[in-house]
Order: sequence, then structure tokens, then C-alpha cells
Amino acid sequence: MGEWQKKHLLGLKDLSREEIELILNSAQAFKEVSKREVKKVPALRGKTIINLFFEPSTRTKTSFELAAKRLSADVVNFSSSGSSLAKGETILDTLKNIEAYSVDIFVIRHSFSGAALYLSQRTNSCVVNAGDGQNEHPTQALLDMFTVKEKLGKLEGLKVAIIGDIFHSRVARSNIWGFSKFSSSVYVCGPKTLIPKYFETLPCKITYSLKEALEDAQVVIMLRIQKERMKGVFFSSEREYVNYYSLNEENLKFLPKEALVLHPGPVNWDVEIASSLKERVSNLILEQVSNGLAVRMAVLYLLAEKRGYEVID
Amino acid sequence: MGYREKSKILEEKELEKIIRRLTHQILEKNLSLEEVCLIGIQRRGVFLAQRIRELIFQIEHKKLPLGIIDITLYRDDLTVIGPTPEVRKTEINFDINGKVVILVDDVLFTGRTVRAALDEIMDFGRPRRIELVVLIDRGHRELPIRADFVGKNIPTASSETVELRLKEIDGRDEVVILEKV
Repeated sequence: MGEWQKKHLLGLKDLSREEIELILNSAQAFKEVSKREVKKVPALRGKTIINLFFEPSTRTKTSFELAAKRLSADVVNFSSSGSSLAKGETILDTLKNIEAYSVDIFVIRHSFSGAALYLSQRTNSCVVNAGDGQNEHPTQALLDMFTVKEKLGKLEGLKVAIIGDIFHSRVARSNIWGFSKFSSSVYVCGPKTLIPKYFETLPCKITYSLKEALEDAQVVIMLRIQKERMKGVFFSSEREYVNYYSLNEENLKFLPKEALVLHPGPVNWDVEIASSLKERVSNLILEQVSNGLAVRMAVLYLLAEKRGYEVID
Repeated sequence: MGYREKSKILEEKELEKIIRRLTHQILEKNLSLEEVCLIGIQRRGVFLAQRIRELIFQIEHKKLPLGIIDITLYRDDLTVIGPTPEVRKTEINFDINGKVVILVDDVLFTGRTVRAALDEIMDFGRPRRIELVVLIDRGHRELPIRADFVGKNIPTASSETVELRLKEIDGRDEVVILEKV
């Protein structure tokens, strides 16, 4: 088993297959910690972890906070609303001010693609990308892969279909990078207006037909319609979207019976997935949440000793 | 920096007899097996614990609960060692409150691994008693820790390493001393 060398986790594009496996294997051990009576291990005692969230989040932020606490680290949550950003402080100044507290790891979420890289180049602390604009959301893809590996026993040679608002989805991009490193074929599917042309240069196949995407797929990832990110009109009506790209009883038949249906959450029932399928899909979606905690514990554990390391580019 | 095999201390047959003797010592001290359980320290301690469990079953026809702990997350040197060590499985599927825990490890050296194991076990509950069984005690304790049952005492130099090889991992049973080259 290899060793973790990287100082930051900015995306899956730059990770090797071995590095991804190292995270997933470690996550398996951390999953057990959350099953104990005393859900804490002293591994990161004395470490300081800051959640620097410039974009709203409940799931991811709570997940990182709990992951850090269960590793015995000290956590501080920073969210941009009600902060001095309103006074005109830049994100770099914000980071620098907080860095003065001797921070080991920054967990950063921001609406600008590249924000995590930008900040990682200007700080001595470690940086975990919790979602930067439309670029990447590595821990989400890692937990998706962890879930798949746990249920199917492997990550190689699968057909993975990602359905929905591909355009605005950093989850889609991270999953494309992640699964393709294991020689799985990734299909992206959605309205033409939501799949930019440049996806032809990424290691994925494009289809506008839900049927084609679902057929023989072992894994389906339904993406949320990100209304809050859409500036302008991308489809004529929500009902039309639902007609063509929603997962329901009808098109579920195209999917092999044992196929896994994943969703990063929160689910817009009867938009991405018909509410009649709640029973079929809810369990796994909830498991994704607890797997996310284990994966984030693994990431924080692997990064925690790297503060101060020289980053060799 | 590598290691070179210096000498073989124990052969398969001797190892088997020692494990058998340790099992009998454990049974002698714990006449009632009602509240007794075994916990092995990853990695080799687990296989040793399994063998002891099997022997106890052969002798007393009682199958003791077996737990596995990985002490990586409780180490006192995570800041000091270079690469972040891999974390293996921890699994204790039974209640340890009030139980007699037989803690099993292969080699007792500085005592830090056992200290970490004790802290981890305490996070799972409050055992009545913990008894430590080790195959080899090689001296050089850095903490006030001692074993209740010892397979063999082997004096060593600090630059040496004592390695237990097991069929389950290494294909054969033996104990060797390695020295740094």
C-alpha cells in the first residue's frame, strides 16, 4: 500500500489510482469508528481545522465538522454570511487572518472555480476542496466511489451514468475523473443545453437519451437541478425536464435490477427522481451520507501531518 | 535502510509448543471462561489470538469471543513518523464491560503499542481486567508496561528487530532476529 504524499486535496483529476485507493481503504477503517459507543479516536488531537465556507452548505459542512471532531481535532466553522466579508474583506485576507491561529487544514468551499487552488498557493496550511464553483468536489466523488466499491466489490469496468445538470456540476466532473482512473466508462446524460461541448474532451461519453444512459449501467448518479446556479433559461419548463430526464417507474426498467442509484443530495423528489421510487433509492442515498463522513475522516487523517511541507510542482 | 536476517530464534515446532503452553497458562489463571474474551492487536496479534482461541476450543470446548484492534489511530508518534500509516480494521462485536480481556500481541518492545491498545480498549467499555499475552518479550521498555504471559524472552540490541512470521501472512511459522544494514 502506498503512502500519502500530497499536501492538498484539490480534485480527483490530479490523483493517481493508488492514491484514490489509499483514501478508500482508509475510509473503511474510519467507518467503524462511527459505529462505536465512544465515536472518537485521538489521531488528530491538537490539530486545528477550519471550515471556510463561502457558499451555503449543510451536508458537506456538517460532515467535515463531525469528521474533524471524531478525530479529536479542534474545529471552527466560518460561513460568509454574517462575516466581515460584508465589510469588504477579500477571501485571501479572510484566510490570512484565520491562518494566524496556526491552522493545520482549511476546508474550503467557494462559488469560483479554482478558488481552492488559488488559496492553496497562498497558505502554509493544507487545503481540502469542498467544492469550488463548477470545477471539482473531490470528497463527494470519493464517497460515491466508496459506496460503489462497498456494494459492488469493485470499481473497474463498470458503466456509470451521470444524469442531470452536467453543466453546473462539480460532482459530475470529479466523478468522471475518479471512475475513469479505474477504467470504468462514464456516460453523461442531460438536455443538450446542460452538457457543454468541452465535455467531449473529458474521459466520458455523451448521450442525450436517458434510455441509452441507463441501459446496462451498474451505477446511476442523479444530479440535482441547480436552480440557484442557473443564470438564464436552460430548459423550457421543469415539467419538460422531468419528462425526459427524471428517474421513474417507467424508465427504471431500462436499468439492470442490481444497479445502484446514487444522489449527492438534497433530492428534489419528482424532479430528479419520482417520489414513487423513494423506497427503492432512499436507503443507499442515506448510506452515502455516512460513507461521506468516513471518507472525510480518511482525507483529514491523511492530510493532517502535511502542514508546512514543501509542495513540489 | 534495509534489514538482514541475523538468526532464527524459533522454528515452527517450538512456536507451536509455546503457543500451546501460553494457552494452558491462560486457562490456569482463568478457571472460569464465562466472562473471558480475546482481543488481538493488528496484525500478527490477531492470528495468534485466533490460534489461542482454537486451542481453547479444543481443550475446553468453549468458543471465546474474538475482537480485533488496530492501534494506528491511538499511536503517540503520528506527528513524528514520516508517512501516514495505513489504518486497518478494528472490530469488537461484543460488550467488553465487566469482561476479562486477554490482549494478544506478537512482540513486546517499548510498550507503546500496548499503551495505545489499552486506551483504545477503554473507549469500548470498562473491562474487569486486561491480561497481556505476548509471544516474545525483547526488552527495552520505555513505559511501565509488563506482560502477564510471555512466550519467550529474547534479549536484543536496539538496532535489531524481532519478527514473528506466520503461515497466514508469510507462509511459514518462525521467529527471526533482523539487523539493520
